[in-house]
Amino acid sequence: MVSGENVNCEQVWREISNYVDGDLDPSSRAAMDEHIRTCARCASVLAGTQNVVKLYGDERMLEVPAGFGLRLEKRLARTAQKTSRWLTWEAWLIPVAAMVLLIGAFKLTDRALFHPPAKSILAVPGHDIPPDMQVVISDGSKVFHVAGCPFIHDKSTERTITAKEAMQQGYVPCSRCLRKYLTAGITGHLKVMANDDDDDNDNGETLSVGSVTR
Amino acid sequence: MPEAGAELNTADNPLQPFDRREHDLIAAVQRGQHELFYELVKPYEKRVYAAAFAILRNEPDAEDTSQEAMLKALANIRQFRAEARFSTWLIQITVNEALMRRRRGRTIVMEGIDDHRSSRAGEEGDYAPRDFADWREIPSEVLERKEVRQRLAQALDSLDLKYREVFVLRDMEHMNIQETAEALGISVASVKTRLLRARLMLRDLLAAGWEQGWFSRLPFEKGNKPW
Repeated sequence: MVSGENVNCEQVWREISNYVDGDLDPSSRAAMDEHIRTCARCASVLAGTQNVVKLYGDERMLEVPAGFGLRLEKRLARTAQKTSRWLTWEAWLIPVAAMVLLIGAFKLTDRALFHPPAKSILAVPGHDIPPDMQVVISDGSKVFHVAGCPFIHDKSTERTITAKEAMQQGYVPCSRCLRKYLTAGITGHLKVMANDDDDDNDNGETLSVGSVTR
Repeated sequence: MPEAGAELNTADNPLQPFDRREHDLIAAVQRGQHELFYELVKPYEKRVYAAAFAILRNEPDAEDTSQEAMLKALANIRQFRAEARFSTWLIQITVNEALMRRRRGRTIVMEGIDDHRSSRAGEEGDYAPRDFADWREIPSEVLERKEVRQRLAQALDSLDLKYREVFVLRDMEHMNIQETAEALGISVASVKTRLLRARLMLRDLLAAGWEQGWFSRLPFEKGNKPW
């Protein structure tokens, strides 16, 4: 800021930009006006600065390379076309349908690969099996049995766990020794199978668990 | 014939016709009519290019940056709020793009011939004008001549980058001091200091240009110099 009567040339030069922009308080401006009126050097600085601001501020000083606007318009049009395409609901139909199909396919694959269906109609979950009942499982089979069942696969690896744990691990009840816990839906079929089993097991062996029925 | 889109505004809307048209275009583009975006930015394409060129000083880079800035503005058009002028918002995006490109080193910026003088004086140091001829007003008609425009552009190019970018935003883009400071990420005081120096340096260059005949064959040539 310049002050009152003691304005010198250096102070005027320092504030000349603010003067041209009208960014001075009235007293500073008046002091500069007074100085410039009597100082040819500062009048020259002011006139020259005003010329610079006027000439460079003219719209004609803003030039662009030939074809600039056309190239810009084309590039924007390409982008607008791409982006606008996704703004209508119809545009999303195909991607959404594809996504639904993809998810469906994944779920089917997932079920088939990681949760294969039981290989036999006999391999069905039981019902009302006491969760704490001790059952026997063994390697090479996903069937659990009561102790002593003659159909335990690979007896050398058998071990005892609770029925609840067995089912949590994906084991299903043996259709022979745990028949009574199998669902009613296959009972008829099981009876047929059981008759076959009777023929197969005519060795007189009796299971030690009273709940086993034939 | 009334302005297209004017019917969307109520009678008490204080916007001028141009602003109103721009306001309607912005709203339309924000709603998804992206094909109207070029119409919206067309009035500013020269200013966008000038801002990019002031920082990059390289025509291909300035053009590419201008296009990138416009695309960025289109992508972010929903974030534009009417608190700022659209042109200011657009120029700020351009300046950011140009500064980023310069930082990434994707362009070689030719520094001005005044670098040594500028650095010797220091930004805070006073710049003493060299020429004290009796200046008169140079009529803006001189700008009709391509040669004069080129000479002025060369003088501007010769400034150090930090002065050139402030001068272009303030005096050619007509941004205010605050907007210029925000666009360049510098203080208001720095903008004022650099602007003063840029104006005084250009004044001296114009004075020297007169001696070299930049403004010859002008109406006031005979008898009177412009200073």
